[in-house]
Amino acid sequence: MSLSKQHELHKRRQGRNTGVGLVLAAFVVIILGLTYVKITQGGLQMQPERGVSDGG
Amino acid sequence: MSDASLHSDAYENEAQFGDYFALLKPRVMTLVVFTAFVGLLAAPVAVHPFVGFCAVLFIAVGGGASGALNMWYDSDIDAVMKRTARRPIPAGKVTRDEALAIGLTLSTFAVVFLGLATNWVAAGLLAFTIFFYVVIYTMWLKRLTPQNIVIGGAAGAFPPMIGWAAATGDISTASVLMFCLTFLWTPPHFWALALFVRMDYDNATVPMLTVTHGRRATRRHILVYTVLLAAFAIGLAFTQVGGPIYLVTALVLNALFLKGAVQIARRDEDTAEADSYKAERSFFKLSLLYLFAHFGAILVDAGLDRAGVWG
Repeated sequence: MSLSKQHELHKRRQGRNTGVGLVLAAFVVIILGLTYVKITQGGLQMQPERGVSDGG
Repeated sequence: MSDASLHSDAYENEAQFGDYFALLKPRVMTLVVFTAFVGLLAAPVAVHPFVGFCAVLFIAVGGGASGALNMWYDSDIDAVMKRTARRPIPAGKVTRDEALAIGLTLSTFAVVFLGLATNWVAAGLLAFTIFFYVVIYTMWLKRLTPQNIVIGGAAGAFPPMIGWAAATGDISTASVLMFCLTFLWTPPHFWALALFVRMDYDNATVPMLTVTHGRRATRRHILVYTVLLAAFAIGLAFTQVGGPIYLVTALVLNALFLKGAVQIARRDEDTAEADSYKAERSFFKLSLLYLFAHFGAILVDAGLDRAGVWG
């Protein structure tokens, strides 16, 4: 038995909520994919570590 | 009416996910996706497939967002026209404020993420496209001039240019000519439809060329734009994106399109009514094939070029 009673509103808005959930999941996948591609393709330029000769 | 029935009516009209999606004008989005994809692949710079996919997705989302903003602003005229009366706002499914919020949020999202995924030239072009469609076309000129179709066509013509910029980071002769292809194609395509389909733009007080200048002038306008279109379409064959397949496609289709436009210009209303607008209908059908075949040919030539077929 569930702890809280399912409200009628939840049932009515299930389709809408599922849609929003899928869009958000797709957004996460896209950010993850873009980050991976940018890093592996060398698209992101990291600051070079400052060496001893730089006085750092 | 009881409270219960009042509530059940309200629930029945409650927006579903599909209603919010309909705000993005999915049909228009298919043309945006296709032409942006061609612009991206025809560019001489290779893009990682996932970045390319994201670029086309963000361009489509930006196009969809401008559709939502158009529905927000035009909800008054959408409600009085039969073709648009079932859109989410006039149908009472989505409120104007919701459409505005979705339009602004998705516009910002699409521009920022296109910039981060590709470059800021492409993002700037996408931002300009949204501004042009929403402010210049929808808010300012649509209800003011019968040349509204020409201006609206310009907004729909940017995607291949944005796709190209996403790959190269610049604007070139080839990408400008791809823009011109859709830009000059839209007026003859739409005016041919306006000749044989009675539209209720009058009720919405939107000036249409067929009404403000008459059907005779519309026929002449179709011919003028078709001649201009042919020059630009064939010119595109001699740029970076042109190839043998595109040249043959452009020569054949522009000859047929010009023939159709001359036929339309020579006809009067009595002749057209006598054969149920046969020439106008076949010109409209040809216009659908025309745009698809031109961009398709660019895609084929780009594929053959990458495969090294032309040496």
